[in-house]
Formats: sequence, structure tokens, C-alpha cells
Amino acid sequence: MQTLKLNDTTDTAFSFKPKSKGIIPKGLMLLAVIIIIVILAVIVAIVFYNGIGVISWKFVTHAPEQGMTAGGIFPAIFGTVALVILMVIFGVPIGVMTAIYLQEYTRPDSKITQLIRIGINNLAGVPSIVFGLFGLGFFIGFIGAGIDKAFYPPGRPVWGQPALIWAALTMALLTLPVVIVATEEALRTIPRELKEASYALGATKLQTIRRIILPQAMPGILTGTILAISRGAGDVAPIMFTGVAYYLSYLPHKLSDQFMQLGYHVYVMATQSPDVEKTKPILYGTVLVLLVLTFLLNIVAIFIRSKIRNKRVGQ
Amino acid sequence: MNKYEFKPKSKIRELLGEKIIAISAFTAIVVILLIFIFIFKEAMPIFTNAKVQNEASLSKLFLKQQYYAGHEPKWSWQPNSDVPKYSLIPLFIGTLKAALIAMLFAIPLGVGAAIYTAEFASKRVREIIKPTIELLAGIPSVVLGFFALIVLATALQKLFNFTYRLNAINAGIALGIAVIPIIFTLAEDAMTAVPKSLREAAMALGANPWQVSFTLVLPAALPGIAAGIVLGFGRAIGETMIVLMASGNAAITSASFTDSIRTLSATIAAELAEVVFGSPHYNVLFFVGALLFVFTFIINLGGELILTRLKIRLQGKTTK
Repeated sequence: MQTLKLNDTTDTAFSFKPKSKGIIPKGLMLLAVIIIIVILAVIVAIVFYNGIGVISWKFVTHAPEQGMTAGGIFPAIFGTVALVILMVIFGVPIGVMTAIYLQEYTRPDSKITQLIRIGINNLAGVPSIVFGLFGLGFFIGFIGAGIDKAFYPPGRPVWGQPALIWAALTMALLTLPVVIVATEEALRTIPRELKEASYALGATKLQTIRRIILPQAMPGILTGTILAISRGAGDVAPIMFTGVAYYLSYLPHKLSDQFMQLGYHVYVMATQSPDVEKTKPILYGTVLVLLVLTFLLNIVAIFIRSKIRNKRVGQ
Repeated sequence: MNKYEFKPKSKIRELLGEKIIAISAFTAIVVILLIFIFIFKEAMPIFTNAKVQNEASLSKLFLKQQYYAGHEPKWSWQPNSDVPKYSLIPLFIGTLKAALIAMLFAIPLGVGAAIYTAEFASKRVREIIKPTIELLAGIPSVVLGFFALIVLATALQKLFNFTYRLNAINAGIALGIAVIPIIFTLAEDAMTAVPKSLREAAMALGANPWQVSFTLVLPAALPGIAAGIVLGFGRAIGETMIVLMASGNAAITSASFTDSIRTLSATIAAELAEVVFGSPHYNVLFFVGALLFVFTFIINLGGELILTRLKIRLQGKTTK
């Protein structure tokens, strides 16, 4: 960057008096950075220090014992994995198709695009507890109860109660904006020449999307999926009323079963434990597992995304 | 067959594919509408059902009530007492207290770090700060809640001798940690988007780097910072797990930040599971959800509006 340094400016609105170098404000800004880094470091350090002791093979492969004061967290890990797999199956295709529609089918300044974008941005801002209420009112109270009414004899509800499928659907809607934003970012990096070459070879739009655009956008779709999984593994409010269970003696094996989840397990042990002190080591261990899981997912996502961004800069 | 050879396919399939993609694209809007409909549906009896209104009409939710003969009228949230009390005022106060502390904590840190990152940091420092912020944003809120409940609350009580271990300050600080990434990201984006030509012009006029930052870049990027603060506030109002775990959950109507608080979101989380389906209490909790939805919707729309303005402003002034 070439700049001219003139200190003898005339006194206009755009003149600047030579001043001190601004060490104090700069120092304060740096202090803010340092405080943020320290906050993260302290949280991570405390969780590691207190949690690492209980981590063992048994801890991640066994069920809780003795009122959650001993044993492991396997059912919570299993439930979390089941939840995020279903969430990805329900949510990612819709998110990817939305991104494709916005990038490939409409012009960025059209009314429809703007409307959809407002919808996505607002969906991203809806509090997760409101998603929980919605899952209860819509999926369980309306869809689930409706299925029960139509296909099952009256009596015990089958689908009209909290279940894995409803929690996964609620979580899929919650994470939809994450998938859309990440996919769109990747779609923007695909060179126009590539698409034009595909059309020139006689491919239709759908063929171009399937064979050219989707493979090229894969890193972005992956980033969005990973970030959604990271959210789904730890977010509690949306699943509180839609499917998660305090404790289950069996693993969920069908869509209408309830399940345990790592985030909710942390909440339960931290707030409802009959003996907090005895639960604490296991509690720290569970937080450690959850934290390591989300950090690993986020680091992978950050890595892939920086590759996409570099590609874009390279063009 | 060559990898890049395409057979002409049927028109129907093409049309069908396009329709499916187009329909998927409207999911977000449809979901927003469904959320609106289904939450208000369960909140409606407050306005229409006389039996529900007997316990929880709008005036009972918002105005001071005299619950027992001879007692002062007051705001009170005690849904499970023999005379159910559904005043939302203590919950509003709790929510605002937590959000206020969160913003006081997050704005200086988020904006300060954003200015440093965008204006002064070397490339290497930036590569430390940005992933740090992303990891901070990635911490599940239940972990922040746990941290505030077990670690921060004890530390703060030792430091300040709070009467209540779990209080607005404790919950607010943890909430602030969750808000920092939102403010940082939007503020930093806005400052990086200020055209280079403007900076160079100022430097040519003799401004030193920090004068450029504070008299030029900062004012130009102000809408982005404002949007970050607005959206961060939206998050602080709606966040649930942190306040549920770290605030003490006592619905106290007071001005003191060292009292325990109960927020709107935590009230839903704590009470909905045990409530009788279709009871006034159930309707009130959905009404609280509807309020949260409307508040955050307006806040987000406001934030969006500011960001759109900023984009026009920054792009309008540059000749790229």
C-alpha cells in the first residue's frame, strides 16, 4: 500500500492533527482480545483438568450406574449420534436444495430471493426454546397425534408423544440456516465457465447441478453439515419437550422411542442430581466429551471453510 | 461412456427436479409461518376462553393483582400456588436484567476485539483470534450454563459476597460469553468491508493509523456494530440453557442485580414438562413463547435492516 504522509495539512474537516500514536486505545482493544482468549482458555482448562480423570474406555461404553454417580455415558452418546444422523437426513437435503435454488435458479435481487432470505435469517434468530415449543405443538400435538388418530386404536399414544423422530425434525429445522449459508458460500466459488461448458456439452440444468455443481459444492455442504451436527449434539432447549429422556434403561431402536443426549445429560446431572458432589467427576467427564466433540467438529469445519475461501481468493 | 457426456433426458424429470428444488427453498418461510401459527394457537385461549381468562387474562398477566384480601396488590409469578399467579412482569424484569449484564459484558469485549482484529492485528494474530471466536461460538450453551453454575457462581460469590449464589450478574456474564461472537463477527465484517480507498485517502491527508480507525473506519462501520449489538441482544433474550442453569430461577420483582432472577425462556423450559396439557398454565407458557418469538423476530428484522443499509452505504461510496 502506498501512502503519502503529510503533516502540514490545512484545517478542513478532513485534516488530522498529528497526535500521539494512540497507544492507550490500541492497548485497550488488545486487552479485549486477550480477555476473550483467556475466557476460552479458562473454560477449556477447568473442564479438562476436572474431567480427564474419569475418561476411560469404560466411561464411553457403559451406561450410568447408581443414580448417575458411577458408570458411563454410552446411552447419551448413542442417542446423540442417532439424533444427529436423523437430523442430517431430514435437514441437509432441504438446506442444499434451498441454497441451489437461491444461487442457480433465481437472481440475487429478485423479490422471491429476498423473501426467502428474510425467512432464513429470521429462522436463524428464533430462540431454540421456541423451536422446542413448536416441535411440541406441531410435530407431536398435530402430526403425531393426527397419525395416532388415523391409524392406531385409541389408547396409549404411539407417535403423539416425545420421540426421536420429532426431536430430529425439530433440530433439522433449527440447523437449516447453517446448512444453507455454508452451501451458498461454496456455490458462489464455482466458476461460471464450468457450468457453461456443461451446458455446451448438451447437459440440462438438472444434470449440470447433479454432476458438476453438487460435487464442486461438496466441501461447503460438508462444512454446513458438520456445523449443524455440532449444534445438534449440544443444543438442549429444542429437544427438551420433543424427545429427550432423563434416563432410559434401553437404547432407542425405533423412531418413536425416546433417547438420551449429551447436552441434556449434562443439564440433568448438573441440576437434578440427588448428590451433586458425588456426580461431579462424571459431570465434568461428560462436559469434556461434549466439548471435545464440538471443538473437533468446529475445527474441521473451520479448516474446510478456509480451504474454500482460499480457492475463491485464488480465482 | 465419457464422464462428461450427457444423454438428453426427459422434460418431465427436469421439470420435476426444478419443482422439488423450488418447493424446498420455501421451507424456511413455511416453517416461520408454522411456528407463528402453532405457538399462537396454543396461546389463543388467553384471549378467547373465559375459563382460562378467569386465571390468566391479559390484565392478570401484566397488571398488579390483589391476590389475598387485605394484601397489597403486586406482580407475582407463582403458577403452582393455591391461588395461581401468572404475572409476567417479574419474568420480563429477570430477562432484561440478564440481557443488560450480558450486553455490558459483551459489547466492550466484542467491539474492542473486533476493532483490534480488523485494524491493528497482524495476519498471524488474526489467525489466532478468529478461530478462537469461532470455537467460543461453538461451545454448547449447556456447557456455558454448567460453567456458570459450578465454577463462575462460586468464584463470584467468593469475590463479591453475594447473598444469592445464582443471580443476574452470574447468569448475565455467562450469557455475555455467548453473545461476544455475534457482536465480534458482525463488527469485524463491517470494518473489513470499509473500502481501502477511504483509508488511503485519510492517510494521504496525514492521519496516522489509529486516527484512520477511530475517525473514519469506526464511524463508517457503525451500522454493522449496531447490528451486531442488536442481534446479540436478540440472542441474549432468547437463550435458555444458560439462564436456566445459572440464574437461580426465582421470579423476584426487584431492581437489584444480585438477586436471583427467572427469565421468560427459562420459565418455559422449567415448567412446560410438568404442566397439564390445555390448562391455563400451559396456555400462558405458550403465550410467553409467542412473546419471545415476536420480540426476537422484530429484533432480527431490525438488525437485518441495519445491515442492508450498511451494505448500500459502503457499496454506494466506492468505485470498485
